[in-house]
Amino acid sequence: MKLKRQAFDPDRRRLLRFLGRVVTYASAMIASLGVFGRRGLAGAGPAFPATDYDWTKHRWGFGVDATRCIGCLRCVEACKTENGVARDAHHFRTWVERYVYLKGEKLPRVDSQADPGNIAASGSEKEYRFDNRYKDAKVEKAFFVPKLCNQCEHPPCVQVCPVGATFRTPDGVVLIDHDYCIGCQYCVQACPYGVRLFNQKYEVTDKCTWCYHRITRGLKPACVEACPVNARIFGDQNDPESPISKFIRENRVQVLKPSMGTSPNVFYVGIDKEIV
Amino acid sequence: MEALFDAAPFTGYVFPNETVIPWSLMIVIYPYITGLVAGSFTVATFYHVFGVPRFRPVARFALLTSLSFMVFVPLPLLLHLGHPERAMNVMLTPHLTSAFAAFGFFATFYVVLVFLEIWFAFRENIVAWAQERKGLAGLFYRVLTLGSYEISATTRSYDAKWLKALAVIGIVGAHGLHGYVGFVFGSLKSREWWGSDLMPVIFLVSAITSGIAILITLYVLTSRVRKVPVDLDCLKGMAYMLWGFLIFTIVLEFLEFANMVYKGREGVETIMALVAGPLWFSLGVLQMGFAVIAFFIMSYFMWRSTQDRQLVIGVTVSALLMLVSVLAMRWNVVIGGQELSKTMQGLLYFHPPLLGREGLLVMVTVFALPFGLLWVLTRLLPPWVPKLDHVPSR
Ligand code: SF4
Ligand code: SF4
Repeated sequence: MKLKRQAFDPDRRRLLRFLGRVVTYASAMIASLGVFGRRGLAGAGPAFPATDYDWTKHRWGFGVDATRCIGCLRCVEACKTENGVARDAHHFRTWVERYVYLKGEKLPRVDSQADPGNIAASGSEKEYRFDNRYKDAKVEKAFFVPKLCNQCEHPPCVQVCPVGATFRTPDGVVLIDHDYCIGCQYCVQACPYGVRLFNQKYEVTDKCTWCYHRITRGLKPACVEACPVNARIFGDQNDPESPISKFIRENRVQVLKPSMGTSPNVFYVGIDKEIV
Repeated sequence: MEALFDAAPFTGYVFPNETVIPWSLMIVIYPYITGLVAGSFTVATFYHVFGVPRFRPVARFALLTSLSFMVFVPLPLLLHLGHPERAMNVMLTPHLTSAFAAFGFFATFYVVLVFLEIWFAFRENIVAWAQERKGLAGLFYRVLTLGSYEISATTRSYDAKWLKALAVIGIVGAHGLHGYVGFVFGSLKSREWWGSDLMPVIFLVSAITSGIAILITLYVLTSRVRKVPVDLDCLKGMAYMLWGFLIFTIVLEFLEFANMVYKGREGVETIMALVAGPLWFSLGVLQMGFAVIAFFIMSYFMWRSTQDRQLVIGVTVSALLMLVSVLAMRWNVVIGGQELSKTMQGLLYFHPPLLGREGLLVMVTVFALPFGLLWVLTRLLPPWVPKLDHVPSR
């Protein structure tokens, strides 16, 4: 059920689209009485999840070692390609934040690869890199923090969905049924981490799935695979010898916004007090 | 080449996905319309339940107003949905932990209830029209009678009893419906600007304020069109209500803001920047400023016991000010909440598009439609025709 690549569509003008909708609405309203919208535009793709996969046997977990991240953004690149996320500065399933404390300043300066300055440096919204803006500044401390869906134990995004299109799997991943989502974006509002994004082409909400189509086949998520410094750690928390179990055992880990009561499943090492 | 979405400019740090504002104008107009429904129904119940005779001239008109707006409440929501054709899923497979799952049932229940209330309120007239009118119109009223032409002391007391009972349920329903809209926002912990316990209450009182305001405006306007004098007693009654609820609204809104600032949780500087930045005009001038001006106009008139034409003008101006103020309040909640980044370290700037499914033009159209329906309804069921000699039971 992978979403196809989202892109700008030069031919469809806004007004035309709007007029088209007016016509479709009337028919859609009638149609909805009989057909409950079980026809997805995004239904193509391989069998998902893999047929011999038992989701009661796993409990996936994700670790981020911020001390290792070098801000190369290969993870962002890999994710966009793997999951067909729109190539622009407004749609990300994962992103990287840069925190820079300058000498004499109490608060860090924060930006991500989506910052206009960084987009200007890369030359295109389709390419991602951090610019060199602190080249001549007196930097006291600086680090990168990769972000992605926390696959929360108590996900507010799932709680608010009026139709139950988004749900938590027994192996601990929050997914969206794109054929059932009504596109209300209530879940986008409810996620405290700004993780959910809207696919304007298919008019449904999208999010990081830890590459569920890969992990259920024994592969690692694309971002984990792409990271050259092992800043992203992934594995099965049920297996005490998995990288994630070791990571949690051997480090003092933290989660983001614990006060939200979401019980995140992405564990961080090396983040600072000012992390948003 | 045109983009499929509008990206909002920002200052500070915001999460990258936040730059596409999820809820825009349709979600601003939705609680506004719902509020008008609840407010106008409240005025009607003052006559039908509490038996305040001064509200008689507008009681039935208020019911028609409430229905006209209620019918269009789902429209902005449907326009907002990415997949409106799946909207029925909310009722077919409601996900019960969602604050929104009950909306469809609530709304349907309420529409049916207002229909019934209107039917009882107009029953005697319907019977009379069914006997007088010929042709298509006659047929229409004959169908509306549902086959019952009897009018006697018994049916009259029966109708009155039903009217009252339905109004009692209706007032709970109307207020429940609107308090619930406030809950949709207030229950979200992810947004500092929304996640307040006072939110449902503020939504409710401002809704009643706006409902009274729209009734005052429409009543004065229709009286002018019909060339009949405005019933000053009735107008004053509504003005008192407006004045009372307005004070309630201002005080609650102020308390909520004071709470947020006084607690001074992390990111309060960004909240202050939001109020001084993107919201200064809609919050400072339109929402608060207009409400305070309306308060002073009405207080002055009450103090001077102004009468006649001046009173009518003053009250109508205050009502119009409150209509703008409450609309601005909806904007400030819905848009303001999203302009304050979840990082609490950045602000986004929403610029409403003119065209498009959720643009300004559509918003104006959605808001105009209930007035059209109301016009039709007042033709079919003229609320001004005296309702024989019905006296509200106390
Ligand atoms: S991080 Fe956001 S989208 Fe992911 S599970 Fe938690 S609340 Fe839902
Ligand atoms: S956008 Fe889709 S997944 Fe999100 S709350 Fe609405 S229906 Fe559920």
